[in-house]
Amino acid sequence: MNVAYINPFIAATVACYKNMMDAEPTQGAPVIKREPFPKYDISGIIGLSGGAQGSISLCYPMQSALATVSKMVGVPITEAGVDLADAIGEIANIVAGFAKRDLAGLNLSISLPNVIISNHVLSGLSGVPTVIVPFTCSLGPFAMEISLKTS
Amino acid sequence: MKVLLVDDSVTMRRIQKTQIGNLGVTEIVEAGDGQEALGVLKNNMPVDLVLLDWNMPIMDGITFLKTVRADATYKDVKIVMCTSESEKSRVVEALKSGANNYIVKPFTPEALKEKLGL
Ligand SMILES: [Mg+2]
Repeated sequence: MNVAYINPFIAATVACYKNMMDAEPTQGAPVIKREPFPKYDISGIIGLSGGAQGSISLCYPMQSALATVSKMVGVPITEAGVDLADAIGEIANIVAGFAKRDLAGLNLSISLPNVIISNHVLSGLSGVPTVIVPFTCSLGPFAMEISLKTS
Repeated sequence: MKVLLVDDSVTMRRIQKTQIGNLGVTEIVEAGDGQEALGVLKNNMPVDLVLLDWNMPIMDGITFLKTVRADATYKDVKIVMCTSESEKSRVVEALKSGANNYIVKPFTPEALKEKLGL
């Protein structure tokens, strides 16, 4: 996986938080995902297809997700229900779509969001390394997982 | 002024509703996909402005846009795309298909105000 493909997703995440949450997440060093895999409480997942195949996920502990979405919609969201899932899915959609602008050469299409709520690990495409980018933020920590196969 | 919000994300419609409401718009109707939006548009005419997502289930935004632009009944309805689809080719396709303007998510309240001309 070409690391140059990761930067647009990082920039898109920062732009999303700035514009929609008025927050400035700080990116940690990207790492190749290895066992034991990190566990999350809620993840928004977007499938990528076209000139490359894979997925991009935004992954949260519950406290971070609730704080982030509450800030985004401007009212307190206190439970892990449909409102939370919808918002996390839309954040993933915004990040994936915005990153495409800097990846126009790949001619990517993005899927509708899928959201997982419950303590889970994510698995990427088999045979393709997944890169994890950790973020710290005033709204709580979260991570991005990217798995992208370019031919 | 009556505005139709079309987005599959309830969260996004909620944000748009708040921001457009803050700009003084009180008549707001909503739909979660293009198919539903065709019905909501028909039943709520005259609609002045449609804020339109691209990626939605059942019928996407570009199909809705082309369908509406093919019908003279709706020639005065202003349609502004509001989508995460950010490539230039997508913007060009939407404008060629009859969109009046294009907002890329993530947007600020200021950008929304400016692009909607409110
Ligand atoms: Mg959408």
